[in-house]
Amino acid sequence: MFISALHHLKLNHCRFFARAFLLSITTLLTCQTVSAVTLKMAFDADPVSLDPHEQLSEGTLQFSHMVFDPLVRWKQNGQIEPRLATHWKQITPTTTRFFLRKHVHFQTGNLFTAEDVAYTIRRLKRSPDFRAMFDSISSVVVINKYTVDIRSTNTNPLLLNIMTYVFPMDKVFYQGRDEIIKFGNSFASQRVSGTGPFIVQEREPGVRMVLTRNKDYWDTKSKGNVDKIILTPIKTDSTRLAALLSGDVDFIFPVSPIDIERTKNSKGIKIITLPTGRILLLHLNEKRRPEFRDVRVRRAINLAINQQLIVEKILRGYAIPAGQLSASKFLGHVDSIKPEYNLPKALELMKQAGYEKGFRVSMMAPNNRYMNDDKVAQAIAAMLGRIHITVDLKTLPKAQYFQQYDERAADIMMLGWQSDTEDSNNLFEFIIACQDAKSGLGAYNASEYCAPSINEDIKLANREMNPEKRARIMQQVEIKLHNDAAIVPLYWQYNTWAAKNNLHIESIVNDQNYPFLGDLVIDEK
Amino acid sequence: MLVFLLRRLVQAIFVMIIISAISFAIQNKLGDPVQQHMSMTVSPTERAQLRQELGLNDSIVVQYWRFAKKAIHGDLGTSYYYKEPVLDVIFKKLPATVELAFCAIIIVIGIATPCGILAAIKPRNIVSRLVVALSTMGLSIPIFIVAIFLVYVFSIKLHLAPSFGRGQTTNVFGLWDSGLFSKDGLRHLILPSITLAFALMPIFVRLIRAEMMEVLQSDYIRFAWSKGLPTRRIYFIHALKNTMLPVITVGGIQAGTLVAYTILTESIFQWPGMGFLFMDAVSRVDTPLIAAYLIVVGGIFVITNTFVDLIYGLVNPTVKLANHGL
Repeated sequence: MFISALHHLKLNHCRFFARAFLLSITTLLTCQTVSAVTLKMAFDADPVSLDPHEQLSEGTLQFSHMVFDPLVRWKQNGQIEPRLATHWKQITPTTTRFFLRKHVHFQTGNLFTAEDVAYTIRRLKRSPDFRAMFDSISSVVVINKYTVDIRSTNTNPLLLNIMTYVFPMDKVFYQGRDEIIKFGNSFASQRVSGTGPFIVQEREPGVRMVLTRNKDYWDTKSKGNVDKIILTPIKTDSTRLAALLSGDVDFIFPVSPIDIERTKNSKGIKIITLPTGRILLLHLNEKRRPEFRDVRVRRAINLAINQQLIVEKILRGYAIPAGQLSASKFLGHVDSIKPEYNLPKALELMKQAGYEKGFRVSMMAPNNRYMNDDKVAQAIAAMLGRIHITVDLKTLPKAQYFQQYDERAADIMMLGWQSDTEDSNNLFEFIIACQDAKSGLGAYNASEYCAPSINEDIKLANREMNPEKRARIMQQVEIKLHNDAAIVPLYWQYNTWAAKNNLHIESIVNDQNYPFLGDLVIDEK
Repeated sequence: MLVFLLRRLVQAIFVMIIISAISFAIQNKLGDPVQQHMSMTVSPTERAQLRQELGLNDSIVVQYWRFAKKAIHGDLGTSYYYKEPVLDVIFKKLPATVELAFCAIIIVIGIATPCGILAAIKPRNIVSRLVVALSTMGLSIPIFIVAIFLVYVFSIKLHLAPSFGRGQTTNVFGLWDSGLFSKDGLRHLILPSITLAFALMPIFVRLIRAEMMEVLQSDYIRFAWSKGLPTRRIYFIHALKNTMLPVITVGGIQAGTLVAYTILTESIFQWPGMGFLFMDAVSRVDTPLIAAYLIVVGGIFVITNTFVDLIYGLVNPTVKLANHGL
């Protein structure tokens, strides 16, 4: 606007008018700031750093969606939507050409070009947290100012899924001082330049972060009208909810299942829930326990656990009982596999296996990682008691739990997993593949179950471009897991947000929990 | 006096060394810091490498030695999460906790002293009976229930006070971000300081009452009555002074309780102070910060107790500190 004011000056050669115009603009601007729309939100975590490549976590990605823009992003219906990439075309089996949006500027004023995309992907390949995901990408070639070719080592069916993690960074701004440091300060962890809808104004880690609207944001079609965001991380569920109910904040995540009904009944507050692909499951360690090597015992355990009841009573219906790893929107989902509860049959199987009198096992679960995780674990211990398996349950805070998990410290261990790529194969790779420390395959396979055929199928599914064939390969894995009763799937968790009624959050939240706050509309009262 | 202070200094250093050794010994039980600061998808090999770089694979003795060498120069390490020297992080959060504790102590002194005295002087009065009953209840109700109740009534239902955080702060002399000088800051202080005061109040009410009752039975008070001294002078000068001696001692010991309750109160109210910082550090396995917090709190303990002993000497000049080997 000031630039147009200067034009005015040049054209008219009349200082008086120019000055008057500038003055009126300044008053206009101040008037706007008076009616600025502020969003106060309280989530359970805040970004650990301003460097989008320092940690692959929910907080970092929420931050990336505010201050940066991805090349493409997921829509609520599971489709991919263009953002900084306007369209793309596969030109050889392993190369895809991306055409980029023009006239987009970084917060520093630098123009966004193909160089920035190439730079960002190379940096991602250096990041300890992200590089595993970008392993399949071999090189990025800049074709011209607004075109890049992304080459994969093989055919890459998940290329677009991976591209949702590319948030182009300002090459001119970062280059030469862009080291990624985990346990110390770096240039990128304190300064930031992205193309996103918001600009960081102030940050006190763990206490609050203030962002203001990027006035030159390229997406002028977005209806979003939030001028300022104040993000406060609040860890305790009850404090977070109280902050919303007392009107101190406008938007919170998550809401504990027991509070949902009460919150729904509060005046002026709405609750939005979305099913997610986050699977909760139990691993039965076959290396530690000879009993678990018997498929009949594993099947009996699967039959003795009543997923439906856990979901109804403990999660108050805010989850979907699971009989397999892949949620229904994932390609690997098999419709016919349903969670089954059948106590007599379970007892019969235990008898056949020679464990009529049962046995004693140890079990560990986290108590602050997943929704009501400790209560679910207690319910499971009780359910296993009915087939005479005595469970010594220990629940631990997540920091200690995952250390124990790495050591495979108990016979039964609980795990929750959300697929980063929104695809079944990611679940298989981490949860059930045969362990391989170097590649990270099977890193969370605490059952020590190892079927080489599954590893083969994972490899195949990582290359197969035909969606139907690909689905069949991954469904085959689910069927094998089900037949072997290799794991105990429990349920797919819901995400729950709550907000004041005048916030249109329903269209901007998604199951990965990266709300698109740039598009958020708040009705002014 | 000087001898006394010097002795205390040596004591403080000794306490801190022991605390630092203990905090190092339990470090491995707290979890793996590397795991907490990385994505779940990072391969175990990669994590092992980072552990190696951070020196976490060395034995505890080696790690402690490395820590001690730096600590002598005043460097207690760098926080994994805040990425700043731990002492800077802690001292940045100190004002919030000090202000909260200060307000709570003001409330305790302002309410507990008159209530305790009243209950002692007029034991049959309806108000003093109520005070005694309430203090019994206060002793038995957990602090988080009090906090939840206060938040429900005063912020959710009545919208009188904010439910979390510290609100607006003003910088004083460039070294202290204070919430005491703005209306918003004071409003934010209401609920947390009442909660914290509630935890400490009952014990003081009961203590002052009991001590006062005992003192009122003593010979010199009877003598004062028979001498015909004015009632006010007997109660508030002669009796109260001697009542306060044990109260001050207990007050010093209660500093520990205060620290423990600030951790709880700050977590409930998302109060950005040291207690909240500590809880956060534990959940993130920010081990340098955890160790430094414990050391600093140990230091604060020694300091408060030194002050208590000094005040003791002021109230009762017959006490000679240096002679007691304190």
